[in-house]
Amino acid sequence: MTGIAAYGAYVPRTRLPLALIAGRVAKEGSPEKAVANYDEDAVTLAVAAALDCLTGIDRSLVDGVYFASTSYRLAEKQGAALIAKALDLRRNVRTSDFSGSLRAGFSALESALHAVAAGSLRHVLVIASDCRMGAPRSALESKLGDGAAAFLVSNENPIATLEDSYAVADELQDLWRAGGETFTHSWEDRFVVKEGYTPNLIEAVRGLLEKSGRQAGDFAHVALYAPDARSLGDAARKLAVGPEQLQDAFFGRLGNTGAAFAPMLLAASLEASKPGERVLAAAYGDGAHALSFQVTEFIQKLEPRRGVQGHLAQRLPLSSYDAYLRARQLDPVEWQASADLGLSASVRFRERDADIGLVGARCRSCSLVHFPRPRVCYGCHTKDEWEPFRLSDRRGRVLAFTFDYFFPAAEPPTTVVMVEAEGCRLQVQLADARPEDVRLDLPVSFCFRKIHDAGGKPNYFWKAVSHQGETS
Amino acid sequence: MSESIRDKTAVVGVGACQFGENWDKSREDMIVEASYEAYEDAGIDNPQAQIDAVFAGAVYPREGSAEIAEALKIFGKPVSVISDYCQTGTDAFRFAVASVASGMHDTVLVVGFDKPKDRGVSGPSVSFDRVRGLPSTPAGWFSLCAARYFETFGAGREDLARIAVKNHHNGTLAPKSMIKREITVDDVLNARIISWPFGLYDTAAQSDGAAAAIVTRADLAKNYRDDYVLVKAVAIAVAEHPQRDPDFDFLRWKPTIYAAKEAYAQAGISEPFKELDVVQLHDCFTLTELLSYEDLGLCKKGEAKDHVASGTFTLEGELPVNTDGGLKSFGHPTGATGVRMIYENTLQLQGRAGPRQVKNATLALSHNIGGPPTTCGIAILGTP
Repeated sequence: MTGIAAYGAYVPRTRLPLALIAGRVAKEGSPEKAVANYDEDAVTLAVAAALDCLTGIDRSLVDGVYFASTSYRLAEKQGAALIAKALDLRRNVRTSDFSGSLRAGFSALESALHAVAAGSLRHVLVIASDCRMGAPRSALESKLGDGAAAFLVSNENPIATLEDSYAVADELQDLWRAGGETFTHSWEDRFVVKEGYTPNLIEAVRGLLEKSGRQAGDFAHVALYAPDARSLGDAARKLAVGPEQLQDAFFGRLGNTGAAFAPMLLAASLEASKPGERVLAAAYGDGAHALSFQVTEFIQKLEPRRGVQGHLAQRLPLSSYDAYLRARQLDPVEWQASADLGLSASVRFRERDADIGLVGARCRSCSLVHFPRPRVCYGCHTKDEWEPFRLSDRRGRVLAFTFDYFFPAAEPPTTVVMVEAEGCRLQVQLADARPEDVRLDLPVSFCFRKIHDAGGKPNYFWKAVSHQGETS
Repeated sequence: MSESIRDKTAVVGVGACQFGENWDKSREDMIVEASYEAYEDAGIDNPQAQIDAVFAGAVYPREGSAEIAEALKIFGKPVSVISDYCQTGTDAFRFAVASVASGMHDTVLVVGFDKPKDRGVSGPSVSFDRVRGLPSTPAGWFSLCAARYFETFGAGREDLARIAVKNHHNGTLAPKSMIKREITVDDVLNARIISWPFGLYDTAAQSDGAAAAIVTRADLAKNYRDDYVLVKAVAIAVAEHPQRDPDFDFLRWKPTIYAAKEAYAQAGISEPFKELDVVQLHDCFTLTELLSYEDLGLCKKGEAKDHVASGTFTLEGELPVNTDGGLKSFGHPTGATGVRMIYENTLQLQGRAGPRQVKNATLALSHNIGGPPTTCGIAILGTP
């Protein structure tokens, strides 16, 4: 049976308390939204969610990567191929980007389910990720959040099998963003809800129920995209979905994560599911798209992962609205890093295993691990006897650190650490770090982040991130 | 074999231009001022005839040998430009000494220069041409030993601050230094942080400047001046990259340890603290000076802070270090610094160092460490 074999999610640790937008002091526990840190974007969020999804899974099985996002920045360059490289997947992997709609996440998921059901592909990684922005201090700004979800679609040991799907397409100008624009536009809220969201979502869900001969009450978990809490409650009432069935949409904690929103709510429902239960999820955007699943006993064997709830629990609230503006490059600066056009495509090409995949090398003669791969071994001076060694999924510890206030950064200081992992030394930046939390021997894992925008495009590498007291 | 360079060559003239933010001086101006002062010091009045080769050290220019030949109007002679981080000046001196010792040349000019202050920024340039290894700032590189050294030996920012205070004091006594201002430990501790644990006063003063030296065969030295000084040793060593070396312990800088071993063998020195009278060492950051006391074998590992507290390395101490203010106060035009140290040590050995003179100095060491850091250069000069 075709279905979801694993899920994962990612929520940036950085949170913007909504009170800061209004110029008020933020109290602990007051409404907030998740925002990408200065070194995060749709791609890095996608990699993080994919890594969560692939916990305990042999990556060499993955033969497809579908990436859904409305905020991936490049037009003539694929996000899925970059993500596949960061994940160190095999070269003969089918990659596709899905975009153009807030429904793109479910479009990608259903496409993957069909491809696997048809036997064209066997293990497809579907990732939905978005970092959209409302204009500073606009009503929309407080509603949008950043996040990602990932699913492995497979016939083997599915934790939730696809039961049915139904979709409607509609045309209205409710939310849109033209190419090159920074901020999402929205028509008047009541128009969006009354003529767009509510009728489309209800039509898709009712269509699915009718098609599959089921009642809303048959589903233990119903995960519905919604622009706000009130619209969600209204839709649930109209669909006869009770509060015990309705998946929390994390208003005041996460924000609307665009193409990733419905996928994240689906992932959150799976987190709470037991074998035999049914899950219904619906996405909205240019129409609506509903999917239904039945949870299997394999969900009990799935290795623990952070998922949506685990990530929501990890928080680093911003201290000021200015800090948010700097992180998103919305404040005026004299000199943008993107003015530096020094990046060489051929250098990046040669070094893509190291820079994108964090793949080093292990000496076949003395087993010493190096990063990046040199020609001659530090340990035994043997030349050119290497096997690739992926470091991105390893753990390390901090051997040395400094806080660099000189290097231009959105939020100085840049924390630099020397990490030892598998006997190999790496000099990397420490992500999501407060100086007071940094110490010698701090346990770290690795995360894929944007390093700078030189050349007017995002340039990525890995950073270390504190791995203290975390579950996976 | 390594002793074979000892006493083969001599320094017979030194010169330096004023170090500082030389907005009104070009590289040509500084090269000419330092070189002509060295000519005069050696009694050279016809450089085109008397100088057989030029060894230049510079990190920033990309114009090669022509710039130096054009500035000095020395043509038809070999001019080499050496560029390798902060030990550039010492390496240029090493090539000069080797060329004279080998018999290839009789008398050569060494000139180190740099003009970083034409770039429009304070401090080093920041590059975004890669994604790995960023930030790649010298302060970030040299601070990597701080946390573990502090934890292991109980040292702290106060120990570093005393070094900055000492070098600021010494700088007030050197006419050509960039900074002539006394500071206090509190000034150092309260300054804005550049790269922890380095605040503004823990970092060298990047400046423009040039320094020069005339090197000749030892047996020809008397023709230039009676109080020539002999080259006892000049060594360069390249060590493992501290960010990749799987054995690195973040308590020392290996380049210095390697180069010191070679230099002491060349000079026949077995007890450096007792035998040396004056030392110029590479205080690019205060911690570099602290570690270098130990890495040069002037004291045991972990004991440097005690010597800092007791004043061992002050002008009045047992072994004065950075008598002219060092990189901290004299200034750090990268390519010039090694040659500036040769300039200062020559003046000290000749008793010409004025109010900062170390009494009866007969053996003087200069030291540069550069890169992330990976390379060290050491020169030892002595009276005949």
